[in-house]
Amino acid sequence: MARLKFLCDANRCIDCNACVTACKNEHDVPWGINRRRVVTINDGKPGERSVSMACMHCTNAPCAAVCPVDCFHATDDGLVLHSKEICIGCGYCFYACPFGAPQFPQATNFGSRGKMDKCTYCAGGPDADLSEAEYVRYGSNRLAEGKLPLCAEMCSTKALLAGDGEIIAQIYKERVVTRGYGSGAWGWKTAYGETITVT
Amino acid sequence: MTHGLNRIRALVVMIALAVACLPAMTGPAGAQEAGAQAVNPTAMSVQADDLLQQEGKLQGYLAQPDPKLAVLEQPQGRQWRVFHESWLPWGAGILILAVVLLLGGVYLVKGPIQADEVSGIKILRFNVFERFTHWLTAVSFIILALSGINYIFGKRYLMPLIGPDAFGTLSQWGKYAHNYLAWPFMLGVLFMIVVWVKDNFPKRGVDWAWLKAGGGVFNNTHPSAGRFNAGQKLIFWWVALAGIVMSVTGIMLLFPFAAFGVNGMQITQVVHSVVGFLFIAVIIFHIYIGTLGMEGAYDAMGSGEVDVAWARAHHDLWVEEQLRR
Ligand code: HEM
Ligand code: SF4
Ligand code: SF4
Repeated sequence: MARLKFLCDANRCIDCNACVTACKNEHDVPWGINRRRVVTINDGKPGERSVSMACMHCTNAPCAAVCPVDCFHATDDGLVLHSKEICIGCGYCFYACPFGAPQFPQATNFGSRGKMDKCTYCAGGPDADLSEAEYVRYGSNRLAEGKLPLCAEMCSTKALLAGDGEIIAQIYKERVVTRGYGSGAWGWKTAYGETITVT
Repeated sequence: MTHGLNRIRALVVMIALAVACLPAMTGPAGAQEAGAQAVNPTAMSVQADDLLQQEGKLQGYLAQPDPKLAVLEQPQGRQWRVFHESWLPWGAGILILAVVLLLGGVYLVKGPIQADEVSGIKILRFNVFERFTHWLTAVSFIILALSGINYIFGKRYLMPLIGPDAFGTLSQWGKYAHNYLAWPFMLGVLFMIVVWVKDNFPKRGVDWAWLKAGGGVFNNTHPSAGRFNAGQKLIFWWVALAGIVMSVTGIMLLFPFAAFGVNGMQITQVVHSVVGFLFIAVIIFHIYIGTLGMEGAYDAMGSGEVDVAWARAHHDLWVEEQLRR
């Protein structure tokens, strides 16, 4: 069984935001919600790096642990998905998530913030695969169609990798060895409790 | 393997030395910058794990106009999770159970404090507005407390009983109740401070003696007290201060990120839940004294009137003052 992960090679990311746009378009994500975003570290300074970030689908996910209504479930591939039917929009998952992945349709909580929305790894949600209900709530389910996440698929520099953790780690290692440097697997230690060491 | 590592290390030191020896280069920082300008990206530029270790979190620039999303990585979320899923449920559970067991034990062993003093004449202790204020605060407090408890214990005990869907719906209503009844609660605390603060300033001699006598509970005496005895004064000040803390942190949670970033929100939530459970423990004690624990006490907030003889026994200084009028 694969363990699906994301890996952003910050030495390749050019901050073009195409992954952000593709994700919004593919899943028809409402205004104000960005399932994926690109953050630039050391902006304008030497050593500047950009990193594309969405839900990392953590091992032993903090969001799932703190949810007061336990609306998360982990798939066999290690994805962390949630049920918008059960979610009450309390926002705790955002406080627990190390990567700022959970998003809410409204900023304030007074009355309601609405149901949480986040990256599904293009894998939909608990509704029936490829159903209308699933599309409306979670966006398209590319995994059920045998495809990988769109953001990584269309990344022009192939900075963003998605797929089985071991395979993408191997690709990254080969790149680092070939070009002689790499800034590391951003977020991996926090998300998966491991880093990619190149020896 | 260690061999290879040592060799790489030696190489790095040599390069660093060579670069540092160039004119106008003053140190390792300069060396790094020079490298970065020559080729960018380079091996010398940022390392994700080093940056994280230096700063504790990763933060940067973002094209979208949402400052909270500029935080790329905050491992503190993992710590907050440990608080929220281990410390809080265990601490709160033990606290509430201990208070309930203690009071249950006191009730079984000692029974209620008897009110032997009956004269048949009633005296007004709390007027309509005072009673309204009390019950406004009390009813909203109880619903806030129950819906607050549900955030932490619901999924552990209630959800297995009624199933995830029913529990989701119930929690949604619980959340609405918590968010809306917060306002009458805040109003109640405000009114309470206004109407009762004048009777609750500590009084030299009287309050200290009352506390030293343990309120007379253990030797069945009635130490002197004004309108409120020292124990009631402590409850008043607790409700006033904890009420303000709950209101301020609660409003921060209602309008998240209005004032703080994500780490600030985590601390706000910790304060709200810790003070919340201490508050619940204090109020369980308060409810016990007001109902089961002491005969005659409930009437004061029920009908507003108490027996003069009871009042003389429990609040002698207040009765004297009332009769002098
Ligand atoms: C005074 C006004 C209050 C306001 C504005 C307020 C607001 C909030 C908010 C916004 C939350 C986050 C969950 C959500 O989004 O619904 C919350 C959680 C909570 N509140 Fe309050 N609240 C107030 C008073 C109280 C009181 C009086 C208590 C206890 C007796 C209480 C106990 C709790 C608890 C236990 C939680 C859950 C914390 C957790 O899950 O860690 N709150 N409150
Ligand atoms: S990245 Fe955030 S939302 Fe995604 S699994 Fe981890 S904690 Fe949950
Ligand atoms: S916002 Fe929804 S998913 Fe997130 S912790 Fe609250 S109930 Fe769970």
